[in-house]
Amino acid sequence: MSEPLLRVRDLCVTFPARRGRPPVRAVEHLSFDIAAGQTLGLVGESGSGKTTAGRAILQLQPPSSGSVRLLGSEIVGMRSAPLRAMRRHMQLVQQNPYSSLHPRMTVARILAEPLAVHRSVPPRQIAERVAELMTLVGMDPSVVHRYPHEFSGGQRQRIVIARALAVNPDFVVCDEPVSALDVRTQAQIVELLQRLQERLRLSYLFIAHDLAIVRAVAHRVAVMYGGRIVELGDAAQVYQTPAHPYTRNLLDAVPLPDPARQRDRLAQPAEEPDFRGHAGRVGPCVFGKDHAATDTPAWHEVSPGHGVSCCFWPPENPARR
Amino acid sequence: MRGSMRGCRMTEAASLQAPRRRTTAQVLVTIGLAMMAVLVVVALFGPAIAPYNPTKTSPASLDGPTMAHWLGTDSIGRDVLSRLIVGGRATLLITFVAVAISLAAGLILGLASGYMGGAVDLAIMRVLDVVFAFPVFLLAIAVVAALGPTLGNLILTIAVVYTPTLARVVRGPVLSVKRWDHVEAARSVGIGEFTIAVRHVLPLVISPVLVQTSLTLANTIFTVTALSFLGLGPPPPDPNWGSMLAEARQFMELAPLTVIGPSLAIVFASLTFIVLANGLRDLLDVTAR
Repeated sequence: MSEPLLRVRDLCVTFPARRGRPPVRAVEHLSFDIAAGQTLGLVGESGSGKTTAGRAILQLQPPSSGSVRLLGSEIVGMRSAPLRAMRRHMQLVQQNPYSSLHPRMTVARILAEPLAVHRSVPPRQIAERVAELMTLVGMDPSVVHRYPHEFSGGQRQRIVIARALAVNPDFVVCDEPVSALDVRTQAQIVELLQRLQERLRLSYLFIAHDLAIVRAVAHRVAVMYGGRIVELGDAAQVYQTPAHPYTRNLLDAVPLPDPARQRDRLAQPAEEPDFRGHAGRVGPCVFGKDHAATDTPAWHEVSPGHGVSCCFWPPENPARR
Repeated sequence: MRGSMRGCRMTEAASLQAPRRRTTAQVLVTIGLAMMAVLVVVALFGPAIAPYNPTKTSPASLDGPTMAHWLGTDSIGRDVLSRLIVGGRATLLITFVAVAISLAAGLILGLASGYMGGAVDLAIMRVLDVVFAFPVFLLAIAVVAALGPTLGNLILTIAVVYTPTLARVVRGPVLSVKRWDHVEAARSVGIGEFTIAVRHVLPLVISPVLVQTSLTLANTIFTVTALSFLGLGPPPPDPNWGSMLAEARQFMELAPLTVIGPSLAIVFASLTFIVLANGLRDLLDVTAR
């Protein structure tokens, strides 16, 4: 089998200890693949390490160990010049479109910059390509001489997407691309991202905390908790047969659209499960395997392509098999 | 993201400002710019405007104000008004060139220090701390005594003395702007670090720097005239405000205008930049004061 577009193996990010506090392990042993034209949804609560994972994959945050291979080249520890050239293939769409555009640059300059850096089009054709990009994201090319503050949040996010697509990337990390927008605009931007994926055969790492949006866009879904992936599988598998108690908990947190049922559910609050770290512990895990003794990863396939970690498993909640 | 929120607030603050304060600021800046225009005209065309040759002596010494000599003559019969107009040239030249040099140095050092951080930051800031610790006059006297009272030495000394202040004013906001989202976006696009620093960080820290530059200009006017007063300025017989004051001081009671003239010129020049700094500060909404 040929190598997938993006292959992440055992990626770890540890922030050094500060003032007597222990080092923060933001991301631990992250492993997954993304095939061309596919979307991996990365969900999890605030602080679970989603954004750090995205930044570490793009080498905006140096990983402390692990491997990220994009288009067959290892990019962890790559020197800065080849890495900058490699950035042509991987791009970022940030969360907040109000801060991710240079406030004193016109849209034309913002979009021309990546083109000039990577010399992807001859200087004479830059204006033409900028207009083409604006059309691609559904905006009027005649407004390119305006400044970002003259646009709405949704329009700005379109410009951010246009900037990411300027150099024809293969892989885009979308870090909560719609969570700063209002609900109607969210739907438009999600639809735009899906349309662009089909048209340009893009791969996305779609980071979000909104489970409904991830379900709509993702082919596969990874659930993160405490810096680890606790469950990874096809979207349908994860949503319909969640195997990890944390995933079940996360899915249960989605409000019910029926007010009466939602009220009933809130009337008897479920007890907060105790997801304690179980890394490095000795003895058998919830699946009855001793990983420390056999030196195997703490990972169990529940069905083909659907795996679950035995970490963060509350003691009172045995594995349903 | 905290950095991003701050970015929003900064751009929106200007529009939320009370309109009255904005109008006052605009008036102040206009007045400041008009006063500066007067100074620049005097500095550039001084010898052409001056009614007399400022170094030509005449027997009519310490002559009171007459129609021929509006501000009278000094102890060796030179026209005070002409000396004032031409003398502004040397003072302003030193001031502008010195501040331009320290602004350039401050931008480079402050940007490098704030953007690179770590050991570079530590090294640059410690060296600037040492310079900062020197009293202006002590350093100036030492340099001029060691190297001679030339125009170049004076400019260089003043430039060195004011560099740390400007570098700090650049470094502070750079520390915060370099964490804003658009900087990370630029990096993820593949733009080089140098370009990011110059194109994506520097333009957003310029407002406080403008205000500080204006204040530095006002301070430098005082420093230059004070050094000239002490005899460390440009050598005679070319006039400048500081040395005019020093010469006229002993005849203050006989011919008060010879002292009042240069004093008012100094006050006018420094007031120009103080007015400008105040106006700019309110107009650009630099909240750190």
